[in-house]
Amino acid sequence: MSGEQTLQYIFAGITVGSIYAFVAIGYNIIYNATGIINFAQGEFVMLGGMIAYTFSGFMPLLPAVVLAVLITSAVGSVIESVFIRRMRKTSVLGMIVVTIGISILLREAALYIWDEQIRALRFFTGSEISSVSILGARISPQVLWILGITTIIVAGLFLFFKFTLTGQAMRACSENLRAAKLCGIRTDSMVNLSFMLSAGIGALGGCVVSPLTQTHYAMGTDLAIKGFIVAILGGLGNAIAAVAAGLLLGLIESFSISILPMAYKDVISIIILLIILVVKPSGIFGSRQASSMKDY
Amino acid sequence: MLKIRNLESGYDKLKVLKGISLHVNSGEIVTIIGANGAGKTTLLNTIASIVKAADGEIILNGTDVTGITPDRIVKNGCVLVPEGRQLFPAMTVRENLILGAYTLFRKKGKKTAKENIKNIYSMFPILKDRERQLAGTLSGGEQQMVAIGRALMTGPELLLMDEPSMGLAPIIVKNIFRVVESLRDQGKTILIVEQNARAVLEIADRGYVMETGSLVMEGNAEDLLDNNDVKRAYLGRDYKEFTDK
Ligand SMILES: Nc1ncnc2c1ncn2[C@@H]1O[C@H](COP(=O)(O)OP(=O)(O)OP(=O)(O)O)[C@@H](O)[C@H]1O
Ligand SMILES: [Mg+2]
Repeated sequence: MSGEQTLQYIFAGITVGSIYAFVAIGYNIIYNATGIINFAQGEFVMLGGMIAYTFSGFMPLLPAVVLAVLITSAVGSVIESVFIRRMRKTSVLGMIVVTIGISILLREAALYIWDEQIRALRFFTGSEISSVSILGARISPQVLWILGITTIIVAGLFLFFKFTLTGQAMRACSENLRAAKLCGIRTDSMVNLSFMLSAGIGALGGCVVSPLTQTHYAMGTDLAIKGFIVAILGGLGNAIAAVAAGLLLGLIESFSISILPMAYKDVISIIILLIILVVKPSGIFGSRQASSMKDY
Repeated sequence: MLKIRNLESGYDKLKVLKGISLHVNSGEIVTIIGANGAGKTTLLNTIASIVKAADGEIILNGTDVTGITPDRIVKNGCVLVPEGRQLFPAMTVRENLILGAYTLFRKKGKKTAKENIKNIYSMFPILKDRERQLAGTLSGGEQQMVAIGRALMTGPELLLMDEPSMGLAPIIVKNIFRVVESLRDQGKTILIVEQNARAVLEIADRGYVMETGSLVMEGNAEDLLDNNDVKRAYLGRDYKEFTDK
């Protein structure tokens, strides 16, 4: 494999990996606030792409993306207050079934609203034929957009959780819900906020990758599984590690295509999940101690 | 300050409190002593609205606060220092304290919160040195200081304390009780639950004795210290006059 080819594979891997990371970050935020694995996370990505596509038909790209993020956040908030809040008392398995149900609901709604056509948002800059050359490899400028926005989200989340009172309060809820209540934190609103945040981040991811990977009403299922693998790989509850794990899985998949038939791509990620679950269930970046305190 | 009438509460089917009535006057230290499982923690949690009251009423400063949300109890000037500290272990000491002032920040009370942190550091100087340390890595005594400090961050009038001496060495317990006394001297009102009956009766003004969900005795702290039933059941072997008989 030539050096340029290698770079090409790396960038392809990073692109796919970023979208996995977006989904995994969403899993993490909700998991931290509630202990729930939200399997409807992939649908937020789909909704973001679809809504932005629709709005971009009659307005510039930027407001279309902003609207898509806001509307998807609102959907996340409604899902939390209508379904999740009422069913919080059920078992872990029960909650998984509930979120899978929600994901089916969203998928069917999308099919009804948008039909089964594959859509792609406009390129943020340039078009599908424009490319920039980095170290000899030719890549789409959209890849740079993806990388830039992923970086901004990770940095933004870090600052939010570390330095804002609301971010600290969300962490407090995940560490000790009862103590958070005693401090006067309204834990219900924090849970709601975590759904809004996850949905919004998922939607933004759905917008930036749409020009390259397209948007389809049923794309969420695959993303939910890959994002879940990435979240486990990174160690559940650790949003920053999820990004690293996402990029890693993207790269592994990308390079596997060069040596194995395309069809084996998904098999590889499932094998990775199984290996991680057996060998180090706390994730490659997670501490054993942290995972022993979790319900899974 | 606090008036409770016929309070009943529990968990799902298990009824723990069977009609509790008590009152705490402004500026008093009132203690509730009782055996393991009597329902003392349940009582404090019900006042803090973490456990739902099934019946009866809780009156705080003349307003009925039964069944309101925990954040509104805090805003009404009543904060619980829970059993077993219940800190946020992976957050720093300072972050723990700041979260105690969460309801203040919402009302743009950042300045008050900063002053309160300063007061807490002067009350517990060791916490200033540990400011950036994760709360979970502190010693038991230091953790209790953070728990008390966090509860004081909103400047509450009424402090509910659940076994602050639990698991601490006698000398630290002494310090904690001294702090409780000085809080009363600063004008705070304190309702404190304790296993360490003798030590707490020495600083308390009044006390109640709880047995299986009911209050069975009430009186001035000195009277309870002298009471034979109390001595036999709760004051233990320290009292030679009994063991000698
Ligand atoms: N979360 C809970 N769910 C169900 N039952 C509970 C719960 N917490 C306490 N109980 C039960 O309620 C009763 C009273 O418990 P509580 O913790 O109020 O006692 P306590 O007087 O504080 O005891 P201790 O001195 O050991 O702290 C006990 O029988 C206990 O088993
Ligand atoms: Mg107790």
